[in-house]
Amino acid sequence: MGQTIAQKIFAAHLRDEPFPGTKVLSLDAVFCHEITTPIAIDDLKARGKDRVFDASKIKAVIDHVTPAKDSKTAMQGKILRDWARQHQIKDFFDIGNNGVCHAIFPEKGFVRPGYTIIMGDSHTCTHGAFGAFAAGVGTTDLEVGILKGVCAFREPKTFRINVSGTLPVGVYAKDIILDIIRRITVNGATDMVVEFGGTVVAGLSMESRMTLCNMAVEAGATSGICAPDMVTVEYLWPFIKSEYASKQAALEAFTKWLPDTDAAYEKTLDVDASTLQPMCTDQFKPDCVVPIAELGDRRVDQIYIGSCTNGRIEDLRQAASILKGRKLADHVRGIVSPATPDIFKQANKEGIIDIFMEAGFCVTNPTCGACLGMSNGVLAEGEVCASTTNRNFNGRMGKGGMVHLMSPASAAASAVTGYLTDPRKLLAESVN
Amino acid sequence: MKTFGGPVLFLDRDDINTDEIIPAKYLTELTKEALKPYILEDLKLPGFDQKGEATKQARVIVTRKNFGCGSSREHAPWVFEVNDITAVIAEGYARIFRQNMFNGGMLAIELPKADIDAIFAYASVAGSALAIDIDSKKMCVSGGGKETVIDFTLSPFDEALVRAGGWVEYADAKY
Repeated sequence: MGQTIAQKIFAAHLRDEPFPGTKVLSLDAVFCHEITTPIAIDDLKARGKDRVFDASKIKAVIDHVTPAKDSKTAMQGKILRDWARQHQIKDFFDIGNNGVCHAIFPEKGFVRPGYTIIMGDSHTCTHGAFGAFAAGVGTTDLEVGILKGVCAFREPKTFRINVSGTLPVGVYAKDIILDIIRRITVNGATDMVVEFGGTVVAGLSMESRMTLCNMAVEAGATSGICAPDMVTVEYLWPFIKSEYASKQAALEAFTKWLPDTDAAYEKTLDVDASTLQPMCTDQFKPDCVVPIAELGDRRVDQIYIGSCTNGRIEDLRQAASILKGRKLADHVRGIVSPATPDIFKQANKEGIIDIFMEAGFCVTNPTCGACLGMSNGVLAEGEVCASTTNRNFNGRMGKGGMVHLMSPASAAASAVTGYLTDPRKLLAESVN
Repeated sequence: MKTFGGPVLFLDRDDINTDEIIPAKYLTELTKEALKPYILEDLKLPGFDQKGEATKQARVIVTRKNFGCGSSREHAPWVFEVNDITAVIAEGYARIFRQNMFNGGMLAIELPKADIDAIFAYASVAGSALAIDIDSKKMCVSGGGKETVIDFTLSPFDEALVRAGGWVEYADAKY
């Protein structure tokens, strides 16, 4: 029987199998941010184990609350900063150079097909877009990763999801993943790796693949994963060109991580993209998903465009295509957070920042920002946000607030009308 | 090794998430102890009082499917630990939450729906309690003059973590 991508990566990284079904893997990278890592650092110190397994494989960023908002977040940043300096972790990104972890680490070329990666952040599954096994873990797993370069997982089962057909205009990767979560529910992929494939996925950009993999955890998945191909090679080429004679040679090397044609999948799901519409969450679970057109009477107070799900240049372009020449509705406030400094610069160069500002948006520095309600952009009791983020849990963006998850195009359309809005209505007007 | 068992806090809902267990705004705290007052602060559930006696006295949580979904924050198990709740019994868990419990030397026991229903039958019984014996892999829920004994399983790895007092010491000794 053939192997899935995850099974191949597990086999290549198996360090130990202390009990049947428990796989201890060697890690290629351990990513850190300032919310979950400082307690790990303090605990390692308290245990007399203030060591790192390999400083070159540890990457760190301050991203959740930056610049610091109070003395406590200032101390979290300081602990991470001092530790990175002490252990000579050279890939450390601080104010001025920092961005959302799951956007900046791929952008710096830290992810490769076949890699094993952990981070103390549930959306670490984003990096599976490159054909890596990347999993979110808690602080204790992070500590052991930092100390020993290993992490334990159960034998991976794989959920294969094929997306075929043609994606209609106005429908994006975010709509695909929201629809998938609707179908399989918030624990439909628990203890599984979701392997995304099919003709539509093959035609998606790396940014869109990251959006798909980012939300795999919202269906309970350990990770999302996409097969590496020429799109992956093109994205990584600036970082790997000294290692391969040509892009073709890199592509051939990456084929070792493709799933076998007779791979054994625990489950499969086929999605016909041609049938999809712009989607949106309702209520407080990411699987409560409906076509946004069905919620058209729902008034919004805030628009948030950003986060590890949809704060990339492709997302900002998507929103700007709708916002160009338009203004925020009178009762609405808009916030956009480009996910990294390079994305900010690129958006500025393309005139996208101007479009947002002329529409009336507040443009913030790169940060996780409003997504998890611990930094800027917190909602007041009873307020509603149209958001490109990944979670709509009760209280997520502020106590008593309601978050509707959607694509950047849908968020931009809702910004203009002040109500949850199908972006195709405005896209059609833009063409006319 | 930690001790397990005692008064039960019944949380009768699927998909209770980590933001409900400990809201993100408290993730700026630098010690586990500082989290103590904020346990389950954003959980809205009929009959559940975050500041009530049942929450204060609880040593075990019994709940339904997909408990602990959402964030990777280990603050979720920690807020239970500093409130002396060292065991959760559910129909199922989100992977990261379950691993975080065992990594900290605590229990996240999974039971079939019928067994969970049998424990929930004690939800309205004042003073109901649950004893957990890892050696025999049996738990006993009791209250109102009745008791029910239920078998459970633990994966050998999870049990080894609990007996070792958590993953850091286990891994540093072995790898």
